[in-house]
Parts: sequence; C-alpha cells; structure tokens
Amino acid sequence: MSAPQSSVSTFKRYVEVGRVVLLNDGPSSGKLATIVEIIDHNRALIEGPVTGVPRQSFAYRRLTLTPFVLKKLPRAAGTTTVKKVWEASEVSAKWEASSWAKKRAAQQARRNTSDFDRFEIMLLKKQRRRLVNVR
Amino acid sequence: MARNSEVSPYVGKLSRSKVFSKKGLYKRQHAAAPAAAEPAASTKTVKVGGKANGESRVVPTARAPAYYPSEDVKAKKVSRKSIKPTKLRSTITPGTVLILLAGRFRGKRVVFLNQLPSGLLLVTGPYKVNGVPVRRVNQAYVIATSTKVDISSVTVDAKFDDAYFTKEKSATRNGTEAEFFKGDKAEKKAFPESKAADQKALDKQILSAVAQVPNLAKYLAATFGLTKGQHAHLMKF
Repeated sequence: MSAPQSSVSTFKRYVEVGRVVLLNDGPSSGKLATIVEIIDHNRALIEGPVTGVPRQSFAYRRLTLTPFVLKKLPRAAGTTTVKKVWEASEVSAKWEASSWAKKRAAQQARRNTSDFDRFEIMLLKKQRRRLVNVR
Repeated sequence: MARNSEVSPYVGKLSRSKVFSKKGLYKRQHAAAPAAAEPAASTKTVKVGGKANGESRVVPTARAPAYYPSEDVKAKKVSRKSIKPTKLRSTITPGTVLILLAGRFRGKRVVFLNQLPSGLLLVTGPYKVNGVPVRRVNQAYVIATSTKVDISSVTVDAKFDDAYFTKEKSATRNGTEAEFFKGDKAEKKAFPESKAADQKALDKQILSAVAQVPNLAKYLAATFGLTKGQHAHLMKF
C-alpha cells in the first residue's frame, strides 16, 4: 500500500545556480547573495555584488533559500555578469517588498530600540489600550 | 611582542637586519646618557696640630653613626605604581541619562552632570522629577543610556565637589551617657537650607532643558525594570 505517487515535487526552492539566498552567518550575515556555482553537497560559491557580499564558498546550513531565482544567470558567472543579471531582475526591490524582509526589518528595529524608545512605545501602547478597551 | 616568530626551533622567520628595520629603533632619537655626577669625596685631609701627629690626617667627611641596629632592617620596596585618575566611560557625557543600579535610588533614571576628581559621577534626578538629589555615584553601578539631555547651557556650580558631599562631623561624641538614656528617639537633623537652595538652583536649569523634549520628564520620573524575556546584556540602552 503506497501513497499515490505524484510527478510534481512538493519542493519549491532548489539549490541551483542563480538561486537568491539569505545568509545567516558570518560577516555578511543578514545580506542577500546568489548561488554562482555549486561546489558540493555542503557548499556553494555565492556572491552578492549589489548587496556587498564578496565571492566566497558558503555552507548550505548557514544560508536560507529564498523564492527568488536569477533565471538568466549562467554557471560560474563572473562578478560583472552577476551584477548585471541581479540589477536586471530587480531582486532587491522584490525582496524589500516581501513580508519576510519587512518582518526582519521590524525585528531589527525592535532590537535596536533605546531605553527611551521603549518607554515611548510603552506610552503609545497605553494610549492604544485606552482607545481599544473603551466601553 | 614577538615580531620574529620561529620557523623551527631557534630559527626565526626574519633575519637580523629585517628585525632591526621592523623594530624601527633607528627612527628613535638617541639622546646621550647624562654623565654620572662625580660621587662626593668620602674622606678629606685635615690639618692636625701637635708635633708628633704629623702634618695632616685623612678624616671621613661624614661621621659614622654611633648606633647600629643589631639586626639588619630590610629596606622597603618602593612602589612604582601610581594612582591614575578614573577613566570616564566613553558612553557617559554631560547630559547622559543614567540608570542607577545600586543604592537606595536603584532603578531611577538620572541626569549625569560631570565627573568629580574622586572619579565619582555627579548626578541629579532632577529632585523635583524623581526625588533623586544631587549626589555622587560610582560609574560601575550605572547603565549609560543613549538618551542625552541637552545641558550645554547649564552651568554646574563649582561648589559641587567631593567635599560638598562629605558627612558633617557631629559636635558631640557618640555614646555619651546622656544620649544613651535619652531613649530611642534620635533627633533628626533638618536638611540644610543652603543645600536645598543649591538643589533648586541647579534643577531649575536642568528642568528647562528636560522640558524641551516631549516625554523626557515622564521618562526620568519612571523607574527602570526588566520584564519577562528581557535580558539586559542583549538590550540596547
């Protein structure tokens, strides 16, 4: 008794040349880059000339695949090509518009609040409570 | 600092001349060592009268002491350490709002005025806002926030020095018989009016500076505390 096999894979994001990835570790942590070449099962050559990520080998376990792909990126492309394709694809704008990026930005902003900011947030929350809970 | 790391035991990476140029000692100005002062003569010749005594005699310039300690007393080592002035944390500048962490005003947010020669920080609540008077605090027991009150126009009177805060000595000695039998009620001294006036004069300037920023007075009046999920070492102030 086996489940009905479907020819469509449930996976949507693949490790592939041109895949835009979010880096979770190292000095470029939090930046976007793209896979330029797959080295082996563990690492890929990545680069983000627009986002300021230098060309380097990067382990898959330290990155997250995003839904964006640079379809036109050839294998093992040089920096200039990567830059050209990246800018043509408008990945940066798409990323900024995504709820994922917005949530990250919000988390970052919350983390960087100063003591006074937190106090003012508390005041605003109080105000909101008064308006919402009014009977 | 070892510039010349070893390639293998006793063999340095750099040659002798490379080390010389790396050290850069040739750049240094070489001053001639000051000539050692001639030691004072320990003896002198003195003319002596009396025929049988010869014309002169060699006599020590300083008389040997008549007394010698029976045991050698060791000379104490002279300490070459010196007391350096306390370094003010770079995040603390005049006007910085500080969170006090110790003492009876712990949790209060106060305004930093300046550092005293003793190294302690001069702070004020202001008193009207949160009840913290002008007082000295150790910067170790303080969190510096990034919030600053603009006190560039405020002049802190020079009389707020370390001596201003020392406790006055009581005229009568403690533990006299009369005091003992007087009962538990110790007379409470009234706060000196001159100090209260000093506080008012200082706070007046600071309150006007605080009033420039909305919510700042409320912020100073509120006490600091941590809630669930807040970790001081992960927070920005």
